[in-house]
Amino acid sequence: MTSVGAEQQSLARGFRLLELLPWLALCASYVFLPELLPLGTQIIIMIIFALSLDLLLGYTGIVTLGHAAYFGVGAYTSGMLAVAGWDGPFTGLAGGAITAAAVGLVMGSIILRTKGLALLMLGMAVTLIFYELANHFPAWTGGADGLQGISVKPIFGVFEFDMYGKVGFAYAGLVLLACLVFVRHLVLSPFGRSLVGIRENTTRMTAIGVPVQQRRLIVFAVAAGIAGVAGALSAQTNQFVGLNVLSFELSGTVLIVLVLGGAGRLYGAFLGAPIYFAAQDILAKGDPVYWLFWLGLILIIVANVARGGVLGLCHSISLRFSADRSGQAERGKP
Amino acid sequence: MTSFLNVIVSIVFHGLAYAMVLYVISVGLSLTMGMLNFVNLAHGVFAMAGGYAALWIMKTQGAPFVLALLVSALLVAVASVVLERLLYRKLYGAGELDQTLMTIGLIFMATAAAHFAFGPLPQRVDLPPAITGHFFVAGRDFPTYRAFLIAAGCVMFLVLWFGIERTLVGARIRAAVDNRSMAQCVGINTNRLFTTVFALGSGVAALGGGLGADIIAIAPGYAMEHLIYFLIVVSMGGLGSITGAFVAALILGIGDTACKILMPEVGAFFVYVAVFVVLLVRPAGLFGRAT
Amino acid sequence: MTVQDNPVAAIKTTNLRKKFGEIDVANDINFRLENGARHALIGPNGAGKTTFVDLLTGQVKPSSGTIHLNGKDVTSLSTDRRVRSGLARTFQINTLLRGLTVVENVQLAVLEQRDQGASVLSGKTAQIEAADTAYDLLEQTNLAADARRAISDLSYGRQRLVEVAIALALKPSVLLLDEPAAGVTPADSHHMFGLIEALPESIAVLIVEHDMKLVFRFAKVITVLVQGKVLMSGTPDQISHDPQVRDIYLGHRNHA
Repeated sequence: MTSVGAEQQSLARGFRLLELLPWLALCASYVFLPELLPLGTQIIIMIIFALSLDLLLGYTGIVTLGHAAYFGVGAYTSGMLAVAGWDGPFTGLAGGAITAAAVGLVMGSIILRTKGLALLMLGMAVTLIFYELANHFPAWTGGADGLQGISVKPIFGVFEFDMYGKVGFAYAGLVLLACLVFVRHLVLSPFGRSLVGIRENTTRMTAIGVPVQQRRLIVFAVAAGIAGVAGALSAQTNQFVGLNVLSFELSGTVLIVLVLGGAGRLYGAFLGAPIYFAAQDILAKGDPVYWLFWLGLILIIVANVARGGVLGLCHSISLRFSADRSGQAERGKP
Repeated sequence: MTSFLNVIVSIVFHGLAYAMVLYVISVGLSLTMGMLNFVNLAHGVFAMAGGYAALWIMKTQGAPFVLALLVSALLVAVASVVLERLLYRKLYGAGELDQTLMTIGLIFMATAAAHFAFGPLPQRVDLPPAITGHFFVAGRDFPTYRAFLIAAGCVMFLVLWFGIERTLVGARIRAAVDNRSMAQCVGINTNRLFTTVFALGSGVAALGGGLGADIIAIAPGYAMEHLIYFLIVVSMGGLGSITGAFVAALILGIGDTACKILMPEVGAFFVYVAVFVVLLVRPAGLFGRAT
Repeated sequence: MTVQDNPVAAIKTTNLRKKFGEIDVANDINFRLENGARHALIGPNGAGKTTFVDLLTGQVKPSSGTIHLNGKDVTSLSTDRRVRSGLARTFQINTLLRGLTVVENVQLAVLEQRDQGASVLSGKTAQIEAADTAYDLLEQTNLAADARRAISDLSYGRQRLVEVAIALALKPSVLLLDEPAAGVTPADSHHMFGLIEALPESIAVLIVEHDMKLVFRFAKVITVLVQGKVLMSGTPDQISHDPQVRDIYLGHRNHA
């Protein structure tokens, strides 16, 4: 039983009931946990961000510590648009997405020519350069004080952002749904499956005629665009953009979130973000220092024995219990 | 005119001192990454540990500076061997991602431990009087401490260079960096060699951390905060090259200092733009081997 | 088929040269692979055979000289573009997607061959059809029994068969087989020989091999490569009787 093939096939088997779970959880939160909705919105934003990284890292195998650059570009773009008067919610999202994707296309075409440590470093350097740019042009970005006074028009002209965060939460949930549908379709398509091939063995993919660099660049730009959506959403729901959206810390956090949940399995982000935030809340209760300690320990353990994150563990467990080891490509089925 | 010259001299001097600290800390990382291509983001932890240990020994045992440095380097080297056997070794064949995760995890744990043991504030450094103050040369006064750092860095470079280029162990190291499997084929025990180099690299880093404690403050966030700089030195210089690390440290140290003083608005950019440009033109680094 | 009947060769290299430092790994190679050929490339270890194949596929860039594929100059084309122009190869060491099943590996090749590898819209249909084609191909190559097994579950020998199947899925006009019998057990090599013999006549096949049984059974033309230079080309008879070739490569054993 192959993990790659099986995952692909089981997702492709059509809409499984399990996939409804996150949405049930979201709806339940809306109804039963109104006081946690602002936090819930942050979690949703992180899920979208981690989902974009999953495309890049989980599916295509591009290891980067510089993904925050595109989150930040999206955040500042939509924030600046709103401050300048273009404050429609979807305008902000589109602006953030397009700008981030464009930057991703340019940066990707430069840095994807390298690999390994060089790629890692270049990705980081891009984020740091953007950070410094944001820091040094306070007229545009608010500098260290951040971009303030971002207000967004009501969604669909009707739903105004309220101070309880209900509209924000529902809005974010909607955006997440759209992003998931998009990414899910992408990874199940021939394009998405070729990405997995590229991750596993670029020589083999080239040998069957795949223009590897071109596809990696496309995925890079798409992932940057989705990260930009997450950033734009963050700007709109927080009504504020701080320098931290371009920080190395954020790049690290989203990586940790994704790996905790399980990369390359589409739903890793959905598990990783709540787990991360919950763990942070619980473990940082006494002293924030302890949070760091336990997080570090968790990371070391994951890197050693649980590389597939929570979803990977679930998969291994389900393999043990499942008698039916099929799920491969069958005649007449994708 | 002379004041401009003064500024230049000052920049070069301070930049050199900073560069030397960066070098001593990062050279070990260059060697270990060159030998095994292992993404060790936690290298700064050893430098930090060296700093804490040296300062602690000086404070509680009243030991002289240099002795404290050497002892702390030794302690860290030994501790690093334990870490290598227990943790690092397991992930030698693993992918970039797992190595990145593990080492980030190490940084977090070390940061928390340092915070717990020594508190959140940067450590105070009581340098011995011999290297504090100023000395006069050619009508200018230079801070003694920084001169000491420059001297120490150069000595370290020479010692390492001699060790790598002229000794048998050094030859083995060069062979393993060049082509690990081939080195094994000719009978070099690469596992043992690597542990040795790892210990050496960590010990030297600890030395650097202690040496530079007054320039790069010893605080719990040390490893994460300065990670970028160490990685830049290593990637810009080229993995496995002590000369590369030296040149890269010089470019970085002097360049960064110069830009921050002469052009404060864009100062911080220099480092990142520099590594960006270098890695684009030579992804393997200035002195690295293209694979 | 003679050279005069087919002025446009499947592959033609002109003064192809590759230097690694001071060493000429490929030294002025003028080589022709005719349409529908059954052509073997032999030579001692280190002669530069795999480098030659890498030059043909574009994995290695030549220092000078040209390569023509079906009359088209492909010297500056990237590997994937050459594949799309009809050139397929297998690798000396298995280069399969180990986490996928056999049929999934072939399916990917079929999708790419149909230029649907990057499709995002009509994906589902394309994948179903590609899977069907993949199954068909696996049946034709007697690999259907392993279709749903993961590559990593197969023996090395059977994996090499899958390599060939994938190359066939690309519907090439030129097929380069790099030591297909290497590492294959006698049990599986029977299957490999059958596979190679059953290759369509429309495909020009160049096989790099050390296994002389396979070479003499399969090839109609043999080229001998020594230290990056072509020593000679000829029929199996001519090659096996040539004294120079005997000395350099075949040793003193008789090959029927």
